[in-house]
Amino acid sequence: MNIEDMVLPSIKNIPSSGIRKYFDIVNEMDGVISLGVGEPDFVTPWNIREAGIYSLEKGHTHYTSNSGLKELRAEISRYLNRRYGLDYDPENQIIITVGGSEAIDIALRALVGPKDEVIIPEPSFVAYKGCTLFAGAVPKVVNLRAEDDFKLTPQLLKQAITPKTKVLIMPYPNNPTGAVMTHEDIAAIVDVLKDEDMIVVSDEIYSELTYCGNHVSIASFPEIKDRTILISGFSKSYAMTGWRLGYVCAHPVLIDAMKKIHQYAIMCSPTTSQYAAIEALKNSSDDVLYMVSEYNRRRRVMLHGFRKIGLDCFEAQGAFYVFPCIKSTGMSSEEFCEKLLREEKVLVIPGNAFGACGEGYIRACYASSMENIMKAIRRIGNFVSKHCSKQAD
Amino acid sequence: MDEILEILEGNSRYSEDEIAVMTGKSVEEVHKAIKEYEEQNVIVGYTTLINWEKTSRESVLALIEVKVTPQRGEGFDKVAERIYKFKEVKACYLMSGGFDLTVIVEGKTMKDVALFVAEKLAVQEHVLSTSTHFVLKKYKDKGVIFNKKPEDDREVLFI
Repeated sequence: MNIEDMVLPSIKNIPSSGIRKYFDIVNEMDGVISLGVGEPDFVTPWNIREAGIYSLEKGHTHYTSNSGLKELRAEISRYLNRRYGLDYDPENQIIITVGGSEAIDIALRALVGPKDEVIIPEPSFVAYKGCTLFAGAVPKVVNLRAEDDFKLTPQLLKQAITPKTKVLIMPYPNNPTGAVMTHEDIAAIVDVLKDEDMIVVSDEIYSELTYCGNHVSIASFPEIKDRTILISGFSKSYAMTGWRLGYVCAHPVLIDAMKKIHQYAIMCSPTTSQYAAIEALKNSSDDVLYMVSEYNRRRRVMLHGFRKIGLDCFEAQGAFYVFPCIKSTGMSSEEFCEKLLREEKVLVIPGNAFGACGEGYIRACYASSMENIMKAIRRIGNFVSKHCSKQAD
Repeated sequence: MDEILEILEGNSRYSEDEIAVMTGKSVEEVHKAIKEYEEQNVIVGYTTLINWEKTSRESVLALIEVKVTPQRGEGFDKVAERIYKFKEVKACYLMSGGFDLTVIVEGKTMKDVALFVAEKLAVQEHVLSTSTHFVLKKYKDKGVIFNKKPEDDREVLFI
């Protein structure tokens, strides 16, 4: 038996992440400034950690119900109502998941199968395409454009819809571009969607991290609320990535379907994390405000830095990424990233890792200390001026 | 404009140019705001947080609870003023509760501090009693934890 033959061709054909090689280089090097990892540099606020520890002391070490602790679901329901004007019944419209990632997986597996098409705006988080393929469905990529500020426009959406379309992924605020969709932008999308038989999977994991006005959820549009699956979680807003805790909200019929997968594949989300998350929602909104204002300063420093270096950089307004264009250097994204890492010891991620249309861009994450960001900008400045003057020769 | 104060409170070494970028304001606006803060004594001074324990300098810090008889028309202010003017006094607060003033005193040795209390503080008119507590170790000061430098131990992964 050839063990390779035992792996499903559909899995084998998914390329391994192209950026793993950078991580290998980083591990061999000292003094690298990483703007590569997409997670908060803040440690989870102590009151949240303490609540997790206390739950362990009290002996809360068992499973919870499949959907998650009732108290946590009730807190999530209240939070979504107070922050975004949404209305979800904690009884039958919320499942606590293992991060937003699990939510993406169970949503797609519950909805699509062979021949179904999933519209995925790119550049975006890599899991959408991966999970679509795992479900045996067909990713239909929409190439977002810098001139649209990487927003999904009604025209782009219309062009992508076919009779086989079953799901639209809405990845805003966006990883890796930092793009957000305003109320007006979403209204135009809703206008297209309301006459189509399809479900919107809206990944709003970065919803708290918006810097120019409040986040608007597509689920707040009554026309399509019942056809929207809202995904969010605690990782980004409360700096809780390692706790692995997210949630998914939807119509009871869709929740029921997703719960079937969740209960067999996961059983329930980590109990300690759930107790910690209750504390997060009840008592940590000030911590979120503090972190958001810190990120916002770093965002401005980074945008200013890249522009000063001479790289075009669209005004990212959400998440914690900027997505500068490096076409002027004459290098490909991967070439830029590898050389930058080797020569100046700064790790950024090539834009094409998030979809082919990300070629010519890099993703730099500003969830890093101000000191590191300023140092990294100086190093990138050296790198660009060195290579651009070479190019001019 | 309070954002400028927050930034400076965290790190007073940022330049006006840097603060302008962080806050999205012009350098002139930041310059003007800081100048106004200084003039109005909102920004009272700029200092550096130092962990003296890691240096060769010998010093001791004491927190002294002081009970005082308040003065007609002046309350505690006059007594406090006589106390906080001593250079040995690093901080002085009016308190609610079982005593009236917290006086933080720094000296080279415990004896220095004890002498200061005996000769300068306890003998002040209107001071009823003092209770001296020596600081043995500073874990955290001005919001900063002293004993460890934060390090970025995030593992690399693809997200």
